[in-house]
Amino acid sequence: MTAITFTLKTPSKQRIDVSPLVPDLLIEKNFDEILGKTLNVGNRLKSVGDLFNVAGSNPEALEFHGSTAQLDFVGRGMTRGEIVVLGDAGSYVGMHLKGGVIRVNGSVDAYAACEMRAGTIYIEKNAGDFLGACLPGNKKGMAGGFVVVRGNVGHRVGDHMRRGAILIEGDAGDYLGSRMVSGTIGLLGKSGQNLGYAMGRGTLLLAKTPEQLPVTFNDCGTHTLGFIPLLLNGFSQVDTPFAAMAETFARVRRLSGDMCGLGKGEILLAIAH
Amino acid sequence: MNYNGVEIDATFAEAFPMRATRIIVTAQNQKWANIAAQSMTGFATSVIACGCEAGIERLMDPRETPDGRPGVSILVFAMGGKTLAKQVETRAGQCVLTCPTSALFSGLHEGDQIPLGKNLRFFGDGFQISKRINSRRYWRVPVMDGEFLCEEKTGMVNAVGGGNFLILAERQAQALEACEAAIEAMKALPNVIMPFPGGVVRSGSKVGSKYKALNASTNDAYCPTLKGQTRTMLSPEIESVMEIVIDGLTAEDISKAMRVGIKAACSLGPKSGIHRISAGNYGGKLGPYLFHLEEILA
Repeated sequence: MTAITFTLKTPSKQRIDVSPLVPDLLIEKNFDEILGKTLNVGNRLKSVGDLFNVAGSNPEALEFHGSTAQLDFVGRGMTRGEIVVLGDAGSYVGMHLKGGVIRVNGSVDAYAACEMRAGTIYIEKNAGDFLGACLPGNKKGMAGGFVVVRGNVGHRVGDHMRRGAILIEGDAGDYLGSRMVSGTIGLLGKSGQNLGYAMGRGTLLLAKTPEQLPVTFNDCGTHTLGFIPLLLNGFSQVDTPFAAMAETFARVRRLSGDMCGLGKGEILLAIAH
Repeated sequence: MNYNGVEIDATFAEAFPMRATRIIVTAQNQKWANIAAQSMTGFATSVIACGCEAGIERLMDPRETPDGRPGVSILVFAMGGKTLAKQVETRAGQCVLTCPTSALFSGLHEGDQIPLGKNLRFFGDGFQISKRINSRRYWRVPVMDGEFLCEEKTGMVNAVGGGNFLILAERQAQALEACEAAIEAMKALPNVIMPFPGGVVRSGSKVGSKYKALNASTNDAYCPTLKGQTRTMLSPEIESVMEIVIDGLTAEDISKAMRVGIKAACSLGPKSGIHRISAGNYGGKLGPYLFHLEEILA
C-alpha cells in the first residue's frame, strides 16, 4: 500500500484545519469517505475532495503536498502512523500528539507540539513561537515525546513544558524554557534574552554560552554529571546530533533558577575541556 | 552413575521458589564499581538470617552499562516480594548511595516493579531532580561528591533458590580445590549466583533441629567427624564435604550451572581425591524444584 497523498488543488487564501486528516480517523474509511470528509477553511466548510487531489491507500502514512503553509493542526491528537508535510506547515502542528511521527520538510508556525504527550516531530527548517508550549490560559505544555528542529525557533519555546525533549539545532528566540515545569530543552545555537524566565524545574542544555546570562540564576560551578550521557543516549531513538554529543557535554557549568520562582530549574552550559 | 571416574549419587537437589531482581551498579572505574557491589552483596549468603541472598553475576563493560561507565551486575533473591523490596532499598541506601562515584540502575525491566531509588531520592532533601529517559524515571540526588544517579524502580520476577550439589573428597584441601574449579566455571554463566563465601558452603544444613528455636541445623549425615556417631552418608575415605548453592532466575539456569559446576569439579578426577558428587535432598520438605543429578549430567 502506498501513502495517502493530499495535494492542494489551488493555494488557499484561508487557513485550512486538517486535523480530521490523521491516521486514527482515516483507518477503515474507504476512498469516497475520505474525499467526503469536511474541513474548516476560514469560516466555511469544504470537502477534502474539493480541496485536495487524493491518491494512495495506506491510512497509516499520510503526505501533504503543494502550498502547505496554510495547513493548521497537522496531526492533531494522532496516536499512530506517520504524517509527512512536503513544504511548510501552519500553526499547531502536532498539537495534542499522543504517538506516531510527524515530519515537516519546511518550517512551521506557532504552537507546534503544543500540549503534545508522546510521539516525535521533526521540523527540518524553523519553528515559530510557543513550540512545545500550552494553549493560552492552560498550564500544561508538552508532556512527553521528542521535537527535533533543524533550524531556528521563535520565542517562548517550552513555555509551561512538563516533560519530553525539544532538541534545537539552530538558534532560539527570547524566553526559552519560560515557566518550564520539567523536561529538557537542548540548544546548539544561540539563545535570546530572558532564558529560563520563571522556570520551576527542568533542564536547558546549551552548547553555547549565552552572551547575557539571566541574573536570577545562580552559578553552581562546573561539573561532570553522570546523568548527561544517559540522557543523550536516550535521544538516540530519534535522529538528532545530540545523541552523539556526550563529549561536548562532558563538563558543564550548572546554573540553578529561576530564583524568582521555585528555583529548581537548571541551565547546563557546555564547557570546553 | 560415574562421570570421569567420580561417582554421581542417584539423588536430587531440592530447591524452592524465590523472588529476584537484577541491579546494575556503575562507578568511575571498575575498582569502585566492585567495591559498591561487594558492599551491597555483603551479608547476603542465606535467607535463613540475612533476609536475602545476593551475589555478583558478572562485571560489565562500559559499553554495556546505562551510563557508559564500568559496572557490576548483581542478583538479589528473597523469599517474598516485600522482603526483596526492603532488602534492595536498604542495601542500595547504605552500600551504593554511600559509595563514591557510584550510580544504580535496574538490570531487569520486566515483572512487578519494586522501588530502587524511589525512596532514596528523599535523601536529597528537596534538591533531588527527576529525569524521565526512555520511559524510565531516574533520580539525581545531590551528594557531597557530585550527584548520585539512580533509577526509580527495578523489575522483580519469580526465581528459584537453593539449587546445590555436594563435593565429597578425601581431604579438605582437595574438596576446596574442586569447589574452586566449579565456581570458576559457573561464574561465566548468566542469571545465576552462588551466594555463599567464595561460592562455597562448608556448613551445609538440614531442615529442622533438636532445638525448637532453630529451623535449620548442621547436616550431620555429611559431617565427616560424625561418621561413627550418626546415620552417615559418607564412606570411610571421605574426610571433607563442601557444598555449592545456586540461585537462578529460572530452573533451567540452575540446571545448566549445576551441570557446568559438577563437570568442572569432576574434571579433577579421583586422583585428586574427588570421590563423589551428591546433593541436598531433603525428602521433599524444602521445595518443589527437584534437580536429579543423573538427568542433569545425561
